[in-house]
Amino acid sequence: MTYRLGVDVGGTFTDFLLYNEDTGAFFRNKTPSTPGDPSEAVIAGAKEVCGAAGINASEIDYFMHGTTVATNAVLEGKGAKVGLVVTEGYKQTLQVARSLVPGGLAAWIIWPKPEPMAKLEHTIEVSGRMDAQGKELRPVDERKAREALEALKAQGVEAVTICLMNSYLNGEHERQIGQIAKDVFGDAPVSLSSDILPEMYEYERALTTVANSAVRPIVGRYVKNLKDELRGLGMEGRISLLRSDGGLMSADKAQDAPVNLLMSGPAGGVTGALWVAKHAGFKNILTLDVGGTSTDVALIENAEPRLVRNTDVGHLSVRVSSLDVKTVGAGGGSIAHVPELTKALRVGPESAGADPGPAAYGKGGDKPTVTDANVVLGNLPEALLGGTFKLDREAATKAVQTIADGLGIGLHEAAAGIIDIVNENMFGALRMISVQQGYDPRDFALMGFGGAGSLHSNAVAKLMGSWPVIVPNSPGVLCALGDATTRMRAEAAQSYSLRRSETSNEKIMTTLDELGGLVQAELMSEGVGKDEISIRYAIDMRYYGQGFEITMPVEASGFNERGLERLCDEFDAEHRRMFTFNMETEHEVVNLRAVALGREYNLPTLEIEKGDGNPDAAKLRDHQIWSGGGGHAAVIYDRAKLRAGDKINGAAIITEMDSTTLILPEHVGEVDPFGNILITPQ
Amino acid sequence: MPAKLIENGDAQFNTVDVDPVSLDIIENALRNARVEMDATLFRTALSPGIREQGDAFPLIAERHGNMVVGQFGSFIDGFLKAFDGEIEEGDVILLNDPYSCEGAISHVNDQLIIVPVYRAGRIIAWAAMFGHMTDVGGKVPGSLPTDAASIFEEGLRLPPVKLYRKGELQEDILKIAMTQSRMPEWYKADLHAIVASCRVAALRVNEICDRFGDDVFVSAMDELLQRNHRAMKHLIQTAVGQEPVTFEDYICDDGKGAGPFKIKCTMWREGDKVILDFEGTDPQSDSSINFYLNENMFKMFFGIYMIMVFDPQVLFNDGFYDLVDVRIPEGSLLKPRFPAALSCRTHALGRIFDVLGALLGQKTPEFLCAAGFSSSPHLMFSGFDQNNEWFQLFQIGFGGIPGKPFGDGPDGHSLWPGFTNVPNEFLERYFPMIIEKYESAPDSGGAGLNRGGNGIHMTYRFTQAGEISIHDDRWFIPPWGVNGGKPAKRSWKQLERPDGTKIAIGAKVDKVRVEAGDLLHYVTWGGGGWGDPLTRDAELVALEVRRGLVTREGARDYGVVIDSAGGVDTAATQALRQEKKEARGEPGIFDFGPSIDALRTSCEEDTGLPAPVQPVWRGAAS
Repeated sequence: MTYRLGVDVGGTFTDFLLYNEDTGAFFRNKTPSTPGDPSEAVIAGAKEVCGAAGINASEIDYFMHGTTVATNAVLEGKGAKVGLVVTEGYKQTLQVARSLVPGGLAAWIIWPKPEPMAKLEHTIEVSGRMDAQGKELRPVDERKAREALEALKAQGVEAVTICLMNSYLNGEHERQIGQIAKDVFGDAPVSLSSDILPEMYEYERALTTVANSAVRPIVGRYVKNLKDELRGLGMEGRISLLRSDGGLMSADKAQDAPVNLLMSGPAGGVTGALWVAKHAGFKNILTLDVGGTSTDVALIENAEPRLVRNTDVGHLSVRVSSLDVKTVGAGGGSIAHVPELTKALRVGPESAGADPGPAAYGKGGDKPTVTDANVVLGNLPEALLGGTFKLDREAATKAVQTIADGLGIGLHEAAAGIIDIVNENMFGALRMISVQQGYDPRDFALMGFGGAGSLHSNAVAKLMGSWPVIVPNSPGVLCALGDATTRMRAEAAQSYSLRRSETSNEKIMTTLDELGGLVQAELMSEGVGKDEISIRYAIDMRYYGQGFEITMPVEASGFNERGLERLCDEFDAEHRRMFTFNMETEHEVVNLRAVALGREYNLPTLEIEKGDGNPDAAKLRDHQIWSGGGGHAAVIYDRAKLRAGDKINGAAIITEMDSTTLILPEHVGEVDPFGNILITPQ
Repeated sequence: MPAKLIENGDAQFNTVDVDPVSLDIIENALRNARVEMDATLFRTALSPGIREQGDAFPLIAERHGNMVVGQFGSFIDGFLKAFDGEIEEGDVILLNDPYSCEGAISHVNDQLIIVPVYRAGRIIAWAAMFGHMTDVGGKVPGSLPTDAASIFEEGLRLPPVKLYRKGELQEDILKIAMTQSRMPEWYKADLHAIVASCRVAALRVNEICDRFGDDVFVSAMDELLQRNHRAMKHLIQTAVGQEPVTFEDYICDDGKGAGPFKIKCTMWREGDKVILDFEGTDPQSDSSINFYLNENMFKMFFGIYMIMVFDPQVLFNDGFYDLVDVRIPEGSLLKPRFPAALSCRTHALGRIFDVLGALLGQKTPEFLCAAGFSSSPHLMFSGFDQNNEWFQLFQIGFGGIPGKPFGDGPDGHSLWPGFTNVPNEFLERYFPMIIEKYESAPDSGGAGLNRGGNGIHMTYRFTQAGEISIHDDRWFIPPWGVNGGKPAKRSWKQLERPDGTKIAIGAKVDKVRVEAGDLLHYVTWGGGGWGDPLTRDAELVALEVRRGLVTREGARDYGVVIDSAGGVDTAATQALRQEKKEARGEPGIFDFGPSIDALRTSCEEDTGLPAPVQPVWRGAAS
């Protein structure tokens, strides 16, 4: 028997999904997270889920892990004390940043500028200069560099970043100084910008490399603890971590390049959605992952999630590939309010969080939240978590009434308004990744998951025209499923910046081959067999002088022949699709890329018992919800008792351990062979 | 004669009740559409001025032309009054002549695109955007000639013309315009990008109408304007007094040796209305520093400054315009008579923000900000590269954000929304130059409890010969501090030859020849300080000395003495602070630094440049 264990650490719960590769059987578990040391919950829960499955930890062959350790280190400012080494004249690269003050005219009056990630007093300059062709203009003064590094060490710097001008073209000076830094610092990690991100733009490259350095010690400690403890349990299998781009990397690689983990959490949801969609027979999916404080959305086209070249976490925007996940501050805990001045209804971005939480949680919260509005409307039954968590309807009503009074409308109208606005915010995020990128949302199905995704997905699908709504099994642990079912990945890129007339098919081919060799070697060093590796290539293209590139997939074999010609034609077509016009300006080859992927697992999945289409056996009781301006009769069902083929007419509420699904009036939900509920208009 | 709108649809728009939730949804949808306009532009424009720096401004207006989302307020209304042609479905209007639109755009580099949004044959909204083109011809590369005596020297002038007529691109017009530009490909791409952005807005407006219905959309636009009107009425009542307040600030010079030029504004309230009167502003200049200030645009600036402090979620729109009365004397620097040159209006445009801030803050000094980076310094560099290909750089610089009630002003940041600097690796890759230094200039921000941001010290080494032009200000009159905060350091420029010769360069110059190997030091000014510098945390001052943002000598302006280890010498600091306090007395609201006469006297010594002479007004300018 081959077992895979997916583990996703969230803010409130750590989710587990143990998967038997041979039979397709699942075992699920949820334990409270242990934010102090997240590995505690991981180990405890792993033991529990093995117990439930009746296996020993030694039988787990693959341990796959999505973690927010790196993300939280950034958000909470708990990264290491980073020393930054830059070219003479560039000491304030992070201080001046890109000079941008976010917001509109006069926003500078209220904007609090964040402190640089590597403090200015921990930034040193070194002599030596490369030009924009990668040629040396001036050599490095090694003696002075050593003195400056020693001074940095004396200040208690824990990790070093080296980012020199034009090193994306020639990293020789960085390596030279890196060697000295290793001499001076011994064990402290040293990151070179030419390794982490060999791309043009000194600020973005420095920031990305500094972010890597900042999270290295904390991720390193975490991964080492986890590994030791798993080994202590007898787990001998391969340990991998989920990257922001939805691929896996070995624990060792994660310790060197943890900047790739910043979106590890949300990436699990997307890869989980991908797996569910594949089995349910859908290739185009919009994902809607609704949590307590925020909502993550992503677009999957033709069974491929969209990748972007940057990762945004809080104030930080680093140049690292990640799945194109957009986050809006709209979740179950988002607080509704009515500003005195405008008498407008606003929802979020302030959130009641987990503590005190919505008024309905009875933990002392009195602010009206989205959850409270759902309670008032009857969308959430009296209790959550399988009946163990009672909702305080009275407190929810009292809180929402303040909004009704502020707007001078009725209680139910106010609650419906709150839900409409928060749905609209989610809709806005989905538009950014679909319509604004040239995709028609009507060509996509919408998958709702996370704690509250299946409560809002029907309404959001109505706005988007995205049908059906797919509600997967256990939407609350979908991320862990994603961790368990994705594949190994490594990528490399080379800045190129040449016009079409300045290069040739052969030259590009040569560089692609080099990059391909690089990523293949990387995966092999992580224990992946050569025959399991497939390599994909891509080229970033633009019209010469444009500030925005489009990443075009290319085939390496045959590029020699008409590679560039075909690439330019495809780029023109894509540019037209996105922006409605083409230009006569010459094409520019901006970056070359290679990605190595490990074996894709063709995992079996269990079908559920087939029914006769009538869901009555799963009916819990009759109920009433408020929708579309009035009351509606509704039925509450128990998801565990639904069978394949069951048709559920809205309005209906389907409860399960970790979430609640709402089917609106005039919609119908059908249970597919795997237990997913597919909702469409009647 | 006003524009004639051709509308084939005959149905009337009905005013209907819009429930508050739909209203908020429409407001958000419009806001998203505006963001999408920016995104489309940045991805498809070619010139660094637009694609890297974001020098462009979008809006969506309701059917009568009032801006509902945007930044600079609407100019559609003015355009409709002035345009004497017909407007039909599928038309796209292009114009760049400030004199043809009452100054809605204020120099010919800005190309304005206006698109009527039709629905069932009727105009239901307008989308518009203007963006700064790197070159529109004229006597100098970059089309911003300092010494221009009239607008005829500044390049292409287009009255409102149809770039698209009933959906058909008018190739002739595009060809004529492109032919005037030294960078025709950039002109074309940037113009297409602006049109594409406006089209996106039109598309989104139609989608909103599909969803909610035309009557709801039209009524919602009206309600959004009224909502803003109510909010502003309340703000004006509480924040603007009936007692007039006055403020004066200056443009240092005109690039021809005369200066400074005064901008004066007086503000008071009469009932619900606030009056902003520029009486006392100096007459128009003979050079190109004139700023044709559109009254509506200034109303918008006023509104935004008011709103920013109270409910930043309020959508800025034109709804409050009838609550503000702006009076600008004819023939003044801010309303010059045709054909006055206008290209270098950036200094006055920036300066009115300092004036506005000072006016609004006088009643509530705790909300007052210091003077700051109220302009956008330009560098133009052009010539032929090693392959004998023409290159032309237009770069906007940044400086210190003023000290403000909510903290220090950031160093080397932009006061303009959405503007970013150009990465130096980009400059080195695409232009024949090495950037030897890109740092903030220590001590250039004014001392204060909250420090003013430092200006930028940027050093270019040219690797090919060429010509440079510079547009900059605040080199003569320093940016003022407030509430005890000190004025900031002024800007300076210097050319350093390989043989070590150093030449001071004026703030407004054209066609200065540079050789390969020359260094140009371009140092921008800082933001003024906010609050008493003697009360700033001494440890923070010491930290900033270690960071290189303040020097040891500069720390003394805060009354802080740094010991040999880089820490605070507590005893010496206490003594120095006491001594400074006694010598100084109680600080006033504003600290302007030395008088104009004193600045004139020491000008040559301080700056290496002759002092500007008092301007002499031609004839009987009002």
